[in-house]
Amino acid sequence: MRSGRPLGEDDSPLLDETVRLAIPVVLVVSIYLLFAGHNAPGGGFIGGLVASAAVFLRYIAGGVPSRRGLMRLPFEVLLGVGLLISVAAGLSSLLLGDAFLEAWLVDLDVAMLGRVKFTASLPFDLGVYLVVLGLGVAIVDSLGREADDDSDTAVESGEAP
Amino acid sequence: MSWLVPVPVVLPLIGAALAVLVGRSRAAQRVISCVILTVTLVVSVVILVEVDSNGAMVAHSGGWPAPLGISLVADRLSAILLVLASTMLLAVLIYAIGEPGAERNHVGFQSAYLVLAAGVSASFLTGDLFNLFVAFEVMLTASYVLLTLGGRAEQIRSGMTYIVISLVASSLFITALALIYAATGTVNMAHIAERMADLPLGITSAFALLLIVVFGIKAALFPLFFWLPDSYPIAPSPITAVFAGLLTKVGIYAIIRTQTLFFPPESQHGTLLLVVAALTMAVGVLGAIAQDDVKRILSFHIVSQIGYMVMGLGLFTLAGITGAIFYIVHHIVVKTTLFLVGGLIEHAGGSSRLTRVGGMVRTAPALAVLFLIPALSLAGIPPFSGFLAKLALVDAGLGASEWAVVAVSLVVSLLTLFSMMKIWAGVFWNPVEDHSDDEYDAPPLPVGRLGGPPFMVLPTAALVVCSLAISVGAGPLYDLAERAASDLLHPAAYIDQVLRP
Repeated sequence: MRSGRPLGEDDSPLLDETVRLAIPVVLVVSIYLLFAGHNAPGGGFIGGLVASAAVFLRYIAGGVPSRRGLMRLPFEVLLGVGLLISVAAGLSSLLLGDAFLEAWLVDLDVAMLGRVKFTASLPFDLGVYLVVLGLGVAIVDSLGREADDDSDTAVESGEAP
Repeated sequence: MSWLVPVPVVLPLIGAALAVLVGRSRAAQRVISCVILTVTLVVSVVILVEVDSNGAMVAHSGGWPAPLGISLVADRLSAILLVLASTMLLAVLIYAIGEPGAERNHVGFQSAYLVLAAGVSASFLTGDLFNLFVAFEVMLTASYVLLTLGGRAEQIRSGMTYIVISLVASSLFITALALIYAATGTVNMAHIAERMADLPLGITSAFALLLIVVFGIKAALFPLFFWLPDSYPIAPSPITAVFAGLLTKVGIYAIIRTQTLFFPPESQHGTLLLVVAALTMAVGVLGAIAQDDVKRILSFHIVSQIGYMVMGLGLFTLAGITGAIFYIVHHIVVKTTLFLVGGLIEHAGGSSRLTRVGGMVRTAPALAVLFLIPALSLAGIPPFSGFLAKLALVDAGLGASEWAVVAVSLVVSLLTLFSMMKIWAGVFWNPVEDHSDDEYDAPPLPVGRLGGPPFMVLPTAALVVCSLAISVGAGPLYDLAERAASDLLHPAAYIDQVLRP
């Protein structure tokens, strides 16, 4: 199977399976970091980087076509929506009459989950998360696709016997 | 009204996000950018009016009070520059939409342009030294994209120089920041100003010089200007115009702001600044004379003009700083206009080299008028705005008995006139000298009665009218600049407004 793999032409079942197992874990960790960021190490930027790492893993295992499966959203949407969410989070407090980016606190008792407490910096962080993830996808998409095209043309132009 | 202060930063960012989302439709992108920048301009004007009548406005982001949170401060100087920057950004945006080239061919142009706008506004508005660094980076990152749009080999080569030099300046800046934080324990500018007074004179002098070097690279002061004439001319014309009008001026703004706010008059290096100013003027104009390309000549003139602004600051008198502010106002308008005209010349003649275009006074008389007014203004011919700005500076220099720098500035004016007349002769008056085919040049395009596409000519003409309006309204404008300069020379009010609202 030729799918523009960065690591050569042959399938590697070991790598494929490992990546398949690792990606959900990586994504869960990234979301944990996003939520933890308010009071502990973590945050939108780190979370977004970890999620991008999942995208990179998928690309290393399967090339750009397989990345499409993981992340069907085009990166423009991720970047644009992320930036909008962040800015809107800052503006929302301005519209409520507080200072720009001022955080409001939400404290809820939710069935099953227990006490949930978050602040307006969470939507802001979510926006950052999406922007960083969008950037990761954009990098794989633009740099990876070009690398794949190069390797494809190299094969087609007769370097293979 | 202080809730207005973050708006000029936030609006362009919203615009950038929307422009990314509607990337498929160029028309929607254009509507978004134009609307956003128009609203930003209106908000800036409101801020200026408000600040001028009621004093500086301070917004504490996150609601954290001053030394803890990030303060956004709009005082008279910030507000004046904000209005100018939004005007230039809007005019150049319309020009870019009218020009076949950079804007049409790149889906990311509008977003990068709006991010640049947000970075410029943030640089003028921030009251926090670290946040100034962030604003610079936002602005520079967008400028890297805009400078290399198109990806021609020479753009990438010059872009590399520009990026490397900007990164060096940024590393120096963050080093200086760390040192200042170590010495004063704060990054809030008003708070730094308060604590700087307790430091030994040697340390404050070192900080003053370090900040002059850091911002001097960005502002293209002698001897740190070499990257500018190399990198600016190769960007698409509207981009060069907005860089020329705004980016180096952000550096100058940072020099003026930090030097006047942080360092008490007795620890100032006025003489050093005057020497640097004289050398910047002279070397810039000599470089310009040696060039034979419109955009290169104009790029060297940016350097030369920066010298005048630093001269005003170096005097450290009310008249000097007023002159510097007035000069910045004049310079931003006139320089942007000249680069836009340079783009029109390139459009109409297929090249911006003096030897390869000519006779345009007959083929495009409208362009000749659009060029001549800002060119004479740049050289300081009465009654144009450049004359008034230079008069203010020379008068301030004579008042402070700094004969040498005044003499240099007058000679440089003469040389500026000479090199403007060189462009006039080469582009408009003389016939084309060099008829050889050059693969790099585009074929000349039919220009019509206006001298170019209407959406390129109209914003240029509007800016020419702006520069004429500066000379007409020079009296009130000078008074406004004087009030701004007086704020700068008496920073106690600024400090009080930020720290003790």
